[in-house]
Amino acid sequence: MTATANRLAELMDREYPHGFVSDVAADTVPRGLSEETVRLISARKNEPAFMLEWRLKAFRHWLTMSEPKWSTARYPAVDYQDIIYYSAPKSMQDRPQSLADVDPELLRTYEKLGVPLKEREMLAGVAIDAVFDSVSVGTTFKDKLAELGIIFGSFSDAVREHPDLVQQYLGSVVPYADNFFAALNAAVFSDGSFCYIPPGVRCPMELSTYFRINARDTGQFERTLIIADAGAYVSYLEGCTAPMRDENQLHAAVVELVALDHARIKYSTVQNWYPGDKDGKGGIYNFVTKRGECRGAGSHISWTQVETGSAITWKYPSCILRGDDSIGEFHSVALTNNRQQADTGSKMIHIGRNTKSTIVSKGISAGHGQNAYRGLVKILKSAEGARNYSQCDSLLLGDQCAAHTFPYIEVKNPTARVEHEASTSRIGEDQLFYCQQRGISVEDAVSMIVNGFCKEVFKELPMEFAVEAQKLMSVSLEGSVG
Amino acid sequence: MLEIRNLQASVDGKPILRGIDLSVKAGEVHAIMGPNGSGKSTLAQVLAGRDTFAVTGGTVFYQGVDILPMAPEERAREGIFLAFQYPVEIPGVSNVYLLKAALNNIRQHRGQAELDAMEFLALIKQKMKQMEMNEDLLYRAVNEGFSGGEKKRNEILQMAVLEPKLAILDETDSGLDIDALQIVAKGINALRSPQRAMILVTHYQRLLDYVVPDFVHVLAQGKIVRSGGKELALELEERGYGWLEGAEAAARPAENA
Repeated sequence: MTATANRLAELMDREYPHGFVSDVAADTVPRGLSEETVRLISARKNEPAFMLEWRLKAFRHWLTMSEPKWSTARYPAVDYQDIIYYSAPKSMQDRPQSLADVDPELLRTYEKLGVPLKEREMLAGVAIDAVFDSVSVGTTFKDKLAELGIIFGSFSDAVREHPDLVQQYLGSVVPYADNFFAALNAAVFSDGSFCYIPPGVRCPMELSTYFRINARDTGQFERTLIIADAGAYVSYLEGCTAPMRDENQLHAAVVELVALDHARIKYSTVQNWYPGDKDGKGGIYNFVTKRGECRGAGSHISWTQVETGSAITWKYPSCILRGDDSIGEFHSVALTNNRQQADTGSKMIHIGRNTKSTIVSKGISAGHGQNAYRGLVKILKSAEGARNYSQCDSLLLGDQCAAHTFPYIEVKNPTARVEHEASTSRIGEDQLFYCQQRGISVEDAVSMIVNGFCKEVFKELPMEFAVEAQKLMSVSLEGSVG
Repeated sequence: MLEIRNLQASVDGKPILRGIDLSVKAGEVHAIMGPNGSGKSTLAQVLAGRDTFAVTGGTVFYQGVDILPMAPEERAREGIFLAFQYPVEIPGVSNVYLLKAALNNIRQHRGQAELDAMEFLALIKQKMKQMEMNEDLLYRAVNEGFSGGEKKRNEILQMAVLEPKLAILDETDSGLDIDALQIVAKGINALRSPQRAMILVTHYQRLLDYVVPDFVHVLAQGKIVRSGGKELALELEERGYGWLEGAEAAARPAENA
C-alpha cells in the first residue's frame, strides 16, 4: 500500500458523526404486522373511514406480494413481523401548539444535527415540517403560507383538515398496489408531509422536511403528497440523517407529486441516513418509491437527489409525462462507501406529445461500495416528438468498489429522440498528486475532485442545500482512494 | 537550499536513480538534461514526493531539513513547486478554485492571512496578464480542454501565484511552439530571484536559449555523468548525448556544479 492509501484507509475508519440516540420515551404499538396493527395505527391517528379502508386494501394486497429481488443489492431477509410499525414520542400525545411546547430533548436532537428549527426559521426563511420518528412536531411559517392559500403540514393534519384533497390525490400517482414496499407503506404509514399550492401561486419559500429515524427497531414509513395546481410553483427540500445503531432499519417511504397545467415542482433530497459501520453492520435499508406525474400540459417536475447514507438504497424517482409539452428531470448523486449498496436511477414515462426528459446520474463508489444506475426511458406511441437525454457517469475510488449501469429504453413512437451517454472514471493518483503538489491535503483533494464530478447536479440544488451537500460529500468520503 | 546525496530510487523494484548528488543554492538556476529514460522526470517527481517511486537510498535536505519523510503537500507548503510535464485535468473544478485553495493552504502554512476573493482575483489577474493568458481560463475546469501551450502557461501561472522557494520545471518546454515558449520563458525569467532556486528538467537545449542556466548537468542511466556551465548545453546540442553515454561508466559524483 502506498503512503497515500494508508492515510486514506485511516480516514475511512472514521465513525459516523451523527451517531447518537436521543432519550425520548416512545409510545409504540407491539411488534409485528397484521390487520390489527393497521387498524390500531389508523385508530391512533383518528382517521376517517376512507383512510382505514384504503390501508386495509393495501395490506391485503401486500399479503399477496413478495419482496422484489431484481435489484443488485444483497442483504439478509427482512423479518416483517419483527418490526414496530408505529411509534410516537410520548410527549406528543398532547400535541404541542408551538415550538415552545416541544420536548426540549427533541429540540436538542435537532440542534446536534445542525438543524436548529428556530434559527432556520429566522435565517433561512425555510418552513420546516420536522418529523421525529413518525409524528410531526413542529411546523413553521404555516400561517404565512396559509395567507396564500398554501396548505403545508403533516399528513395527519391534512387527513383531518382537508380530507377531500387527500382522498382525491392519495395513491393517484403511486397506487397502493404499485410495488411491495409501496403497498407496505400504504398499509402502515404513520405520517409525513402534505403540501397543496393553489392555482397561480408561487410558493415564496423553500418548503422543507426533516426526517429522522430514532426509536429502536422502528420501521419508518413516511408518506409525502405534494400537489401544485395550475400555474403554481413550489420547491421542496427533504433532508435526513439518523443516529448510530446496530440493527438494520427498514425505511419504505412514498412520495407522490402531482403537477397540473403549467405547474412546476422542484423536489430536492439530501439523504444521509446511517450507512452502517465499515464492515457493513447496521445501517438503514432505504426502499423508497418516489414518483411525480406531470398531469397537466406544460407542467414540469424535477427531482434532485444527493444520496450518501443508508446501507442499501433502492430508489427511482420517476416522472410520468402525461401532459403535452411537459418536462421531467432527474439529477442524482449517489455515493457508496465501505459496504454500502445503492441501486438507484429514474423512470421517465413519456405519454404526452413533445414531452422532454433529462436524466443526469453521478455515481461514486468507494471502499467496497456497490453503485448501480438503473433507469427506464419509455416513449409511448402517443408521445409524438418526445425527447430524452440521459447521462450516467461513474467515479471509482479504489479498486474494491463497483459501478454498474442498467439503462432500459423502450420507444414506441418513431419521432422520438433518445440519447444515452455513459462514462466511468477513476480518481487518479495523478490528480491527487497534482493537488497535493499544490499544497492541498489528500482529503481536501478527494473532496475537491468529487465535488467537481458532482457539480452539474449540485447546481440544481437550492443554495443552502448545495453547501450542505458538498460538506456531506467530504464527510462521507473521507479518504476513500487506494 | 537543496542538498541531494547519493539519491537512489526505483519503481517496481527497477532502479531508476542510481546515486544522484546535487547541490543547489538560492538564486541559482540548474538545468538537468539527458536522454529519454535517463531518470530526469523521476528525479523531479521524487523531489516533489511522488510515492509511486520508492526511495531506496540517499538523502535529500531542503533548507537543512530532511524532506524524504514529508508528504507531497507538506513539501509544497514549504515552498517546493513542481511544474508538471503533463498537467492533469480535473473536470468540474475550476482553475481559480484550485489556485485559491492552493494559495491559501500555503499562506496559512506560512502564517499569513488567507486572501479573500477580491484580493485573490486582483492578484491572479495581474499575473495572468504577465503570462498573456485569457481570463476565461480561470473559470474553466483545471486544464480541461486546454491546449498544450495553455497547460504549460497555466503551470507557470501557478508558480507565479504560489511564489515557491524551489521551483522544479519538468519539461516545461515540450510541446510548445516558439511563441508559447517565449511567453513561458519570460514568465520563468520574471521569477528568477536571489531568494529562489530553479531546476529546469529538459531534453532540448532550446529552452536554455531563453532561460540561461547557471549550471547544466547531464543525467544518464540514473546518474549525473557530466556537470558544467551553460556552454555544456550547447555542446550537447551539437554532439548529442551519445558521446556521454560511454562516460557513464566513468561517472563520478558531480562535485556540485
